[in-house]
Amino acid sequence: MTAVLFNRRTLLAASGAALVTGASGLRVPARAQGVSPTPTMRGGSNNYRPGAPIVKRIGGGGFWMSGTVRRAGDGAPLAGQRIQIWAHTTEGHERDWHSHGATLTDENGVFRLEMPQIVPAFGQAHGHLAYDSGDFKTVFLRPVMASSKDTSLEAHFVLQPA
Amino acid sequence: MRRLRMALIWGGFTAALAVPIAAAATSPLLAWRDPVYVAAGFAGIVAMGLLLFQPLLAVGYLPGLAALRGRRVHRWTGGALVAAIVVHVSGLWITSPPDVVDALTFTSPTPFSAWGVIAMWALFAAALLAAGRRRVRLRWRTWRLAHTSLAVVVVIGSVAHALLIEGTMETLSKAGLCMLVVAATAKALVDLRVWSSGANANR
Repeated sequence: MTAVLFNRRTLLAASGAALVTGASGLRVPARAQGVSPTPTMRGGSNNYRPGAPIVKRIGGGGFWMSGTVRRAGDGAPLAGQRIQIWAHTTEGHERDWHSHGATLTDENGVFRLEMPQIVPAFGQAHGHLAYDSGDFKTVFLRPVMASSKDTSLEAHFVLQPA
Repeated sequence: MRRLRMALIWGGFTAALAVPIAAAATSPLLAWRDPVYVAAGFAGIVAMGLLLFQPLLAVGYLPGLAALRGRRVHRWTGGALVAAIVVHVSGLWITSPPDVVDALTFTSPTPFSAWGVIAMWALFAAALLAAGRRRVRLRWRTWRLAHTSLAVVVVIGSVAHALLIEGTMETLSKAGLCMLVVAATAKALVDLRVWSSGANANR
């Protein structure tokens, strides 16, 4: 009963959004704006622990968190950027120090860190990532897994100068 | 025959409560949660179970608990419901304070948090209204309309909250319990005629 109501609500919201997008698309001309910076996500900084160490792997591993770090505007890959990663996993809660670790991007701006399997917590299977080194503006991401059975998750950063 | 019917009804309700709890107790997620978080989750499930009994007690449908006796148990169950939600939210708070702050301030990335918080405040308001019924000096029908409206918000909010969550509750037993809660509430609303008679009485 409620599920049906909710579907209708979702449908209404979706068609409303489509209408707005369509209408504004007619008025605003296409612009070559370049790559825009990634905004911090809601709840992204929850249980963040400043200064988590760079590690080869968080805990026993088995799950891969990966992504890219690029510069806003021209989209150039940023090498050597420190990304902190944490989540509720099979080995601990988000708040636990041993659930946190950091890694650096390679010359292509790609990072990849092995960690324990992420499991649903607070209603969703999700991870947390932070760029917090200061050269660029701090960004916190909170990607959600499409399925809690996934064994990898991606998150991408586009940073703007601090 | 009457005794058999009574046993069947009570057996059915016990199962409606016990099956989702038992199913949740087998959730693999429990292995990766500390006791406080586990208790918080189960307090939520128990609250949903109690929510099934509230409308039935209010109308006096449960055998052996008709009319005034049902109302008295309804009050105690309401108190237990408030206690369960306090345990639920406190346990979540201890597990991850920032997530609970986000939920309470309606800034959470997850929509089910908002539904849960709306249901929580409606529950507290309904309980306060019940506790202070003699003091608030509302007319009986107005009081009942207010209390029932809040109860409807509690039910809708709780069901949306539960259905959208990927947690320890097993999907089918969760959906089943939610359907029963909605059905029991709808049945009670229709039979009490809260809306129509209330509107007429206020004229």
